[in-house]
Amino acid sequence: MALLNEEHGRFKTFSRRTLLLGGSQVLLLAGLAGRLYHLQIVENERYATLAEENRVSLRLLAPPRGRILDRYGGPVAVNEHNYRVMLVAEQATDIERTLERLSRIVAIDETEKQRILDNLRSKRPFVPVKVAENLSWETVGRIEVNAPKLPGVNIDVGQTRAYPHGPPLAHVLGYVGAVDKQDMRKDDPLLEVPGFFVGKTGLEKRYDTALRGEAGTSQVEVNAVGRTIRELDRDPGKPGNDLVTSLDTTLQQKAHDRISAERSASTVILDVPTGDVLALASTPSFDNNAFALGISERRWRELKRNPYDPLADKAAMGVYNPGSTFKMVVAMAAMANGITPDHEVHCPGHYDLGNTRFHCWAQWGHGKLDMVGGFKHSCDVYFYDLAKRVGIDAIAEAAKRFGMGAPLGIDLPSEAGGTIPTKAWKNRTKGEPWHLGETLVCGIGQGYVLTTPLQLAVMTARIATGRAVVPRIGRQLVAEKGESESFEPEIFEDLGLRDERLDVLRAGMDAVVNSPGGTADRSQFRDVDADMAGKTGTSQVRRISAQERREGVTDNEDLPWRQRDHALFVGYAPAKAPRYCAATVVEHGGAGSKTAAPIVRDLLEATLKRDPATRNDLKLSRRTRRETG
Amino acid sequence: MRFDPLHQNPEYTFAQKLTHVPWGLVLVVCGLAAIGCTMLYSAASGAWDPWAQDQAVRFGAGFLGLLAVALIDVRVWFRWAWVVYALAVGMLVATQVAGVMGQGAQRWIDLGVIQLQPSELMKVALVLALARYFHGLSDEEVGRPLRLIAPLVATAVPVGLVIQQPDLGTGLILLMLAGAVFFAAGVSLWMFGAVLGAGLAAIPIAWQFLHQYQKERVLTFLNPQNDPLGEGYHILQSKIALGAGGMFGKGFLEGTQSHLNFLPEKQTDFIFTMLAEEFGMVGGLALLGLYALVLVYGLAIAMRAHNHFGRLLALGLTANVFLYVFLNIAMVMGVIPVVGVPLPLISYGGTAMLAVLGTLGLVMSVHVHRDVRIPRRGLNDDA
Repeated sequence: MALLNEEHGRFKTFSRRTLLLGGSQVLLLAGLAGRLYHLQIVENERYATLAEENRVSLRLLAPPRGRILDRYGGPVAVNEHNYRVMLVAEQATDIERTLERLSRIVAIDETEKQRILDNLRSKRPFVPVKVAENLSWETVGRIEVNAPKLPGVNIDVGQTRAYPHGPPLAHVLGYVGAVDKQDMRKDDPLLEVPGFFVGKTGLEKRYDTALRGEAGTSQVEVNAVGRTIRELDRDPGKPGNDLVTSLDTTLQQKAHDRISAERSASTVILDVPTGDVLALASTPSFDNNAFALGISERRWRELKRNPYDPLADKAAMGVYNPGSTFKMVVAMAAMANGITPDHEVHCPGHYDLGNTRFHCWAQWGHGKLDMVGGFKHSCDVYFYDLAKRVGIDAIAEAAKRFGMGAPLGIDLPSEAGGTIPTKAWKNRTKGEPWHLGETLVCGIGQGYVLTTPLQLAVMTARIATGRAVVPRIGRQLVAEKGESESFEPEIFEDLGLRDERLDVLRAGMDAVVNSPGGTADRSQFRDVDADMAGKTGTSQVRRISAQERREGVTDNEDLPWRQRDHALFVGYAPAKAPRYCAATVVEHGGAGSKTAAPIVRDLLEATLKRDPATRNDLKLSRRTRRETG
Repeated sequence: MRFDPLHQNPEYTFAQKLTHVPWGLVLVVCGLAAIGCTMLYSAASGAWDPWAQDQAVRFGAGFLGLLAVALIDVRVWFRWAWVVYALAVGMLVATQVAGVMGQGAQRWIDLGVIQLQPSELMKVALVLALARYFHGLSDEEVGRPLRLIAPLVATAVPVGLVIQQPDLGTGLILLMLAGAVFFAAGVSLWMFGAVLGAGLAAIPIAWQFLHQYQKERVLTFLNPQNDPLGEGYHILQSKIALGAGGMFGKGFLEGTQSHLNFLPEKQTDFIFTMLAEEFGMVGGLALLGLYALVLVYGLAIAMRAHNHFGRLLALGLTANVFLYVFLNIAMVMGVIPVVGVPLPLISYGGTAMLAVLGTLGLVMSVHVHRDVRIPRRGLNDDA
């Protein structure tokens, strides 16, 4: 029985403690149940949100970039399919072998191969890595045919910007490039999309926001490693607007081809009443397609090192002494200050101011001239006299009226303003007082006076119309759906210059071309039955020194190219009822009458021939002439 | 059948034994295994391959083993207790010597056909050995500290070996199991107090001996937001999955956290999370209820046994099941640090399945042979 008692004692302790243990176990499980309640019921909402955030990832979709069209709707900047070969590591059985096989179809050099392998290694196995892009149709076909032997190789279609016309329009259109830090400051989520391109120069940059469109979004379900499982929702975004421009592609090409004969030149053709830029060319040019495809370091350096600066848009960014094309400004300043057009000056070939002698371009002088005569012969002495009489500040006042001294506000991202000096300007920038001699130099568009070819074209348009013509390129932004935005042609304000005074300038410019002995009398229209009015300009880059004169260098053309004069010409047509105007600057082209005037003549002729209204007028005028003659 | 409640031991026929099997418990076990297979089917995004199918086959085989263990006379387990213990310790040593490196620690032994985790076996063996030892101590003897030296050594040896692996979690589980048996055997409370006090005092010293990853686990547990992509990330994702489940869950196969792989180890350690994400609090509580039922069964069996060995064995093994369940669920809910403890009968894994079924088989054996008497001094081989 002792045994039994003892057994009983052990059992009692055991039972008590087992109940205790069992009780605490159940309590602990109840604690877990409480925790479960807290997580799943009390904090449910918070965790449900977190789970959703885990699961759903928002991807941005880049909308197609808007096209750029010329004035007739012809596309000048478009999007093209960019066929790329991608390699997905996890689908490739043997990456090295696949690459080896692929390299028989697409050229892959050793460094490229290393980049691809590094990329494949550093990225998750399901992320496609680009092997090559911009493949031709034929290459795509060959890859597709060999697909069974190329596991993991996919063809992917992206978009690249293409400029069907290339160099002639490269400056005005600009190009697109990868987003850099500067662009990133603007607050658009699209900029963070890998491979997204933004406008870098030209119209592409100026109208970038409109052309870009609005980002679409794709809500996708992703797993823990970021692989997309399925798409939950999609908002295609808004494609970029098409930009309709004022440019005439054919004319632009003609202008480009015409000035390409020179080493470095630029030209602008404007529609006079509207300020529409029909052509804006600068040579040498470059192929902006190269930028859209990603330009190589070597080609970039070549472009940068080229002495003729192909990347610069000289028409809007180049500043030059306007030379004699500035004489209209001086004459207008003179007339505004009481000098009448019949004011006469005798030109002996030079003008003496104190001890200094200022030469006329004509060594033996022009004799007695009135204002129109001064234009016709481009007599420097005549304008020295006018400049001295009215002073620099009056000249500056007239120059500003004609659109010089500040950027005109054309819709291009970088436009130079040039310089129109005044007494205050010199004091401010040089800290020196103005000298009267400088007024004389400025009176023939030399010295401090600097203008862009675009400003010269605008000046010409303003002389032709008497209105404050402002140039523009963008005419309309066309949305795929919804409202398009048209930039209505402005009714330009009257410049407040009296017609009879403007008529003096017009008569002078008419005489330059159409009066025998005018400086551009060899550049009259030949194919078109109308007249051109214009003004030559030859701006000195470097004087011929007395030393050189002694050594026999008397002609500017004997100097090295860099030291030759710039040749300029501005003109409008028809002279009686101006419709178009043009300005050309040929860098180091020598005499404006010899080099620049024929260019403007040819371009304005081409422009007139393309104008349907003028075409009819011309036919009509020819008929009437025949009848009368 | 001869039956004498005092001195005679019953001898059962096979059929009698079968009727004594606690079929209710068997049913609960089968239910749990079925839930396990369902969850593994879901873990594979609605496929029997690779886990559910495997697990079903393993459970089938293990289930037969469970019945076999349940039908083997408890006296056989009594007789072989120390041998099993020695075998388990031997395997632990063998793991150290020739173990396969697995998950940064030597925990697996390769038996050619299968890989075993001897530490799982050790849990059962330790309970067997301690139950065997305390069976031989009278009420009075249990109170003598000297009598506790042998079981303390028997506990310390495997704990030391397991911590060496290093597997701190299992070492602590072995300690807790031993503690449960010591406690139920009647070891006085002041001794527990003394050991606990000593243990707490030793924590700063023990900290020095912890491996870096173990320290990190503890630190991450204390502040999970600390490293959202490391250890804490798993717990955070687990909590998100649980919390997002809500009352009724997202539905079978609809758990986004699990199916999009935000949840780590969803087929093994984090399977409870997936269940609670897909079936909500209702599902989670139901599972907890089933486990509670297993515990109640186990403790009832312990209380009903007529031999002390059986009682201690059933109690210790029930504690083993409890520790599996509690530690796993507490871990996935972020209540305790990350420990690699599977959820019994649900998590995918061979050794765990075998160990749990073996454990429950032994508990059932105690029940089948509840009326067997075993003298305190042991069995005479002629009896």
